[in-house]
Amino acid sequence: MKVLIRNGHIVDPSQGLDSKGDLLVEGRTILKTGKNIKVKANDPEIRIVDASGLYVMPGLVDMHVHLREPGFEYKETIRTGTLAAVRGGFTSVCCMPNTKPVNDNETVTEFILRKAFAEGSCYVYPIGAITKGQEGAELAEMGMMFDAGCIAFSDDGRPVMNSMIMRRALEYTKVFGTPVISHAEDSSLSADGVMNEGRLSNLLGLKGIPREAEIIMIKRDIDLAGLTGGRLHIAHISTEEGVEAVRRAKSDGINVTAETCPHYFTTTEELAMGYNTFAKVNPPLRTDRDVEAIKRGLSDGTIDVIATDHAPHHQDEKLCEFDKAAPGISGLETALSMSLGLVVQGVLDMNGLVSKMSLSPASILGLNKGTLSEGSDADVVIVDREAEFEVDCDRFLSKGKNTPFNGMILKGRPVMTLCKGKVHDLMVDER
Amino acid sequence: MSSLGQKDLLGIRGMTREQISLVLETASGFKDVLKRDIKKVPALRGRTVFNLFFEPSTRTRTSFELAAKRLSTDVVNFSVPTSSVVKGESLLDTIATIESYGVDYIIIRHASSGVPHFIAQHSDASVLNAGDGINEHPTQALLDAFTIMEHKTQIEGLKIAIVGDILHSRVAKSNIYCLRELGAEVRLIAPPTFVPSHINEEGIDIHYDMDEGLKGADVIMMLRIQRERQGGGFLPSSDEYSRFWGLTRERLNMADPEAIVMHPGPMNRGIEIASEVADDERSVILEQVTNGVAVRMAVIYLLGRSKEKEQ
Repeated sequence: MKVLIRNGHIVDPSQGLDSKGDLLVEGRTILKTGKNIKVKANDPEIRIVDASGLYVMPGLVDMHVHLREPGFEYKETIRTGTLAAVRGGFTSVCCMPNTKPVNDNETVTEFILRKAFAEGSCYVYPIGAITKGQEGAELAEMGMMFDAGCIAFSDDGRPVMNSMIMRRALEYTKVFGTPVISHAEDSSLSADGVMNEGRLSNLLGLKGIPREAEIIMIKRDIDLAGLTGGRLHIAHISTEEGVEAVRRAKSDGINVTAETCPHYFTTTEELAMGYNTFAKVNPPLRTDRDVEAIKRGLSDGTIDVIATDHAPHHQDEKLCEFDKAAPGISGLETALSMSLGLVVQGVLDMNGLVSKMSLSPASILGLNKGTLSEGSDADVVIVDREAEFEVDCDRFLSKGKNTPFNGMILKGRPVMTLCKGKVHDLMVDER
Repeated sequence: MSSLGQKDLLGIRGMTREQISLVLETASGFKDVLKRDIKKVPALRGRTVFNLFFEPSTRTRTSFELAAKRLSTDVVNFSVPTSSVVKGESLLDTIATIESYGVDYIIIRHASSGVPHFIAQHSDASVLNAGDGINEHPTQALLDAFTIMEHKTQIEGLKIAIVGDILHSRVAKSNIYCLRELGAEVRLIAPPTFVPSHINEEGIDIHYDMDEGLKGADVIMMLRIQRERQGGGFLPSSDEYSRFWGLTRERLNMADPEAIVMHPGPMNRGIEIASEVADDERSVILEQVTNGVAVRMAVIYLLGRSKEKEQ
């Protein structure tokens, strides 16, 4: 079965494409991109998709999701998480190891990959734990996990507090060339905080997490990357000073990359007013100046990647005391729409946006993804930048309905995703 | 008499001077009732008050219970150790259960800030915050204001020093909002580890030096020091705290000669307050307890009136 996508505006940073054209796909492979690709008329083996007025881009790559399986299937499963991914325009997702059991050994890695192969609507790349049980004490069997298919290592959800262990992780992973992803949080400083520390946390009487909890760890890990020559990737950057630290490190030639998430460049701590647990996320939402700094970081290339940190939770874990509420936002089904706002604001052009959501994470992780070049996997998303819609969490395909953006009107959305040889007509699913 | 014009009392923040004054005036009337032989009025007969305490508290719970009984309501006490909360019931289920009993008022104390607000969103009953986490304890601030009024006739322009663990004190928070709304000049005296990092933005004077801070104070409000703070790295020891921030008779002399000394209780004698100060004639600590009942009667009564107005 072939699919010809006609007359779309093709954006493919890997080939420097940013113009009208056609894209021809066969099964799981891209045959070619070009102008006026000719095919036999009325061939029942060819599906023709008219993409006039729409953007055609490589399927998005999300290097930071929580699929919750194994162990927390009531929050999300590999099946539902990847369905949500495809709905959001993502064709590859990298799942963090904080499952139960933790993905800290090849058996769990193999389980995830087997499940993903059988039930996943998109490609799943596991991220293994840096330390056994994510306890920060002993290195996990990273070599065996790498052999089994892990593409990076992280204790995400928790920091590696012991600087010596972090040093060893950055050294040891040089064998495989995989990045170590830092959940940058000094947990002795964040302690039992539940939102950004500042005037607002004081006003609400909620315990604060000082921004320094993130800044200090970003700086420490950058220094350790400098010491070891290891590959460091900073997850979910949320502070102005964090962005600045990465900027300086890059100019100093340190091997560091960074990501942020849509909620850090679209909203602030104000969203937590009224003890809104849906705005509880880790790291916490910050302030206007951080939002501006993150946009500058995206614009000047300091921040390489937009990831979702998709963190699905059960409704009961949000409809409760603020202190007790689980931190996190279900982000796969809103991320692209929220990020398209950056193009409207002139922070990024389409090429830049697509790069940060596909090619850039793919190249950081060494994945042959994020491209529409001939012979690559037919991971494609078609986007209508003009379509307006209201976020309705009840219609999320993710089990996690936890979004602070429910009811918000967003502009721009994916309308079709091609992945694993399947065409997902998202507007049909909508009806 | 009018009403507070709101369903719940969740905090002092956001209350107007008029609303606060109304509570204080109403409390004054109820204080007269409490002096009578028969200390009960039939104002709210047939109404049900639910005392929902997720934190151990004898004083506040008793004060609310007495206030509610003096208004002729039926009072039910529900506290954690004997409840299903220990079995892991969710807060939402607890609220639904209480709703099913058909209660008119929920008086809530909880270790998590914002829980009264959460209950108010999920319940038709009037919710009274009896202390939530490190957020607010509005009736304590109201009874403190009432007590000050009895001694100083007006609060406008008074120099009021709040001393102790401001960071973790819902009493301090509510008092800051309340006393500043009423026009007092509030200053805080505490070691830096007990000062919220962003309180400066509110334009309040902060003194680390107690003698300095007490100069000319008309009211000294002491806060209880929780012993567990030593482990949290806030304090080296209670002895050291006592030496620098404990209220002794010598220090009391730094304040205005007419100054009164307050404490929300329970006191740690010899730590934040010297015994002789606690028992000094300038101490109004026991009056605070008496006034607590009158003020809580006023609040319950005025919220009740708001409810009638809605119907």
